[in-house]
Amino acid sequence: METALLNIIYLIASVGFIIGLKMLGSPKTARKGNLYAAFGMFLAILGTIFIYPKTAHIEVVGFVYTLIFIAILIGTVIGWGIAKKVEMTKMPELVSFFNGMGGATAALIGLMEFSHNVGHTSKMFMIVAGLVIGSISFSGSMIAWGKLSGKLRKPVRLPKYNILNTLLALVIVAFAAYIIATHVANPVYIYVLFGLALLYGVLFVLPIGGADMPVVISLLNSFTGLAAAFGGFLYDNMAMLTGGILVGSAGTILTVAMTKAMNRSLSAVIFGAFGEGSAATGSGSKIQGNIKEAGPSDAAILLNYANKVIIVPGYGLAVAQAQHVLHELEELLTKKGIDVKYAIHPVAGRMPGHMNVLLAEANVDYDKLVDMDDINNEFANTDVVLVVGANDVVNPAAHNDPSSPIYGMPILDVENAKNIIVNKRSMKPGYAGIENELFYNPKTSMLFGDAKAALTKVVQELKSM
Amino acid sequence: MTELLNFFQQNIQMIYIVILMIFVGVEIIGHVPAVLHTPLMSGANAIHGVVIIGAILVMLHMDPSNKLGLAIGFVAVVLGTLNVVGGFVVTDRMLDMFKTKK
Repeated sequence: METALLNIIYLIASVGFIIGLKMLGSPKTARKGNLYAAFGMFLAILGTIFIYPKTAHIEVVGFVYTLIFIAILIGTVIGWGIAKKVEMTKMPELVSFFNGMGGATAALIGLMEFSHNVGHTSKMFMIVAGLVIGSISFSGSMIAWGKLSGKLRKPVRLPKYNILNTLLALVIVAFAAYIIATHVANPVYIYVLFGLALLYGVLFVLPIGGADMPVVISLLNSFTGLAAAFGGFLYDNMAMLTGGILVGSAGTILTVAMTKAMNRSLSAVIFGAFGEGSAATGSGSKIQGNIKEAGPSDAAILLNYANKVIIVPGYGLAVAQAQHVLHELEELLTKKGIDVKYAIHPVAGRMPGHMNVLLAEANVDYDKLVDMDDINNEFANTDVVLVVGANDVVNPAAHNDPSSPIYGMPILDVENAKNIIVNKRSMKPGYAGIENELFYNPKTSMLFGDAKAALTKVVQELKSM
Repeated sequence: MTELLNFFQQNIQMIYIVILMIFVGVEIIGHVPAVLHTPLMSGANAIHGVVIIGAILVMLHMDPSNKLGLAIGFVAVVLGTLNVVGGFVVTDRMLDMFKTKK
């Protein structure tokens, strides 16, 4: 009776995960989908705590129950608090952080289950696999979190890091196989394996540049899913198995979709064809020319007399928290009868879709956000393009410089517009570390300064016109 | 070798589930607009928090005199809850902003 009930609960949870994830794929149903998945999870957790002990005929002392409830309470309060409080610009690193927590959970399960299952080959395989993958996901996510939050700015590369990492991976696989095959009972072995896997996660993510972090997070996300699935095998638990595999496969597809949107390949991300080394050789041809600087009033005049304006937001906008001022500017221009749209590059911000979230936060109308493919042929009849804190996604080198590391990446063709205003803090190159000839284009005016401060001044100028 | 065959024999249903779920995952994500990649990743991130069930199971089976085990299990449940609660709440917060204005 109880067993049937528990199985039904896990079934409902699995269906909730599948339907929830499916609904997350469409803007209209996404929010409900997330709630369905959360409801499934809630049921599965309740069922495990209250019904499972009866089906397994185990006596759980009150002390253990108390510990479980306190742990869940602590996790809920902290998780809820962080999730509610953190600014939308910090979204990518937050996802990375939570992903690391899941990985750590999987790893700790492995540590605890080891001594209970010595001598049982297939169970030991599940334990070891979950532990290794979970640990890599944990330490890798923590490094990704550090990189995105700016604590670890530069990619760190040990000499011959690719060979070193591959060797370490082989050592981990061999050591894991040894533990599984020889039925070692000494827990020191599993702790050593744990340490090696943690080290691998660190070394795996350290050399990868900040621009590629979303791809890495997505990949580690599917790793954690896989680790959860191994747990499902270990405990014969259908909710863990289906949830884990679902995230594992969906996460892998999502990772591939992201690399496509960024015109990168997964192997290039992992083994690094980007960043310092190649960029140094790639930008061998120094760009010649002068830049034209514009003040806030020049920018305001240009905008005021335009009929059609397209705004290209980038990460600089997010960093400066300028999305609200930008929205004010957009409303002001719309009131003057100017046609204003936002051009959204697939990887604008730090993650695909990140910019949409940020602009939505500032109440920008969803219909004003136009995807790259739909807006690219509109630039030619646009009077002014306002680029705010974007760089690589508007770099014409992607079209016409085969030696550039971003050559072939789909970009927004802003150079076709009649006038271009670029707001940047300085002439420093973007995340890809390469020069941008757009800034030297005679049609381009550079509006230097922090996005928020500069746009506020432009808004003031516009109001007085 | 026999051990491997035995494993397949004993877990054949689960292996079917794994294979079918892989296809379900691929199908579901198939044609999602880039706009939703971030919330989708975040939602998937919350779903793999299901690993918390494993942490709870370990705790339920734990010998109450095993203090180290209980301590590790406690941490595992806390971290798992962080993943689940944080993941779903932050996804909801993101999606809240996609509301179309009337």
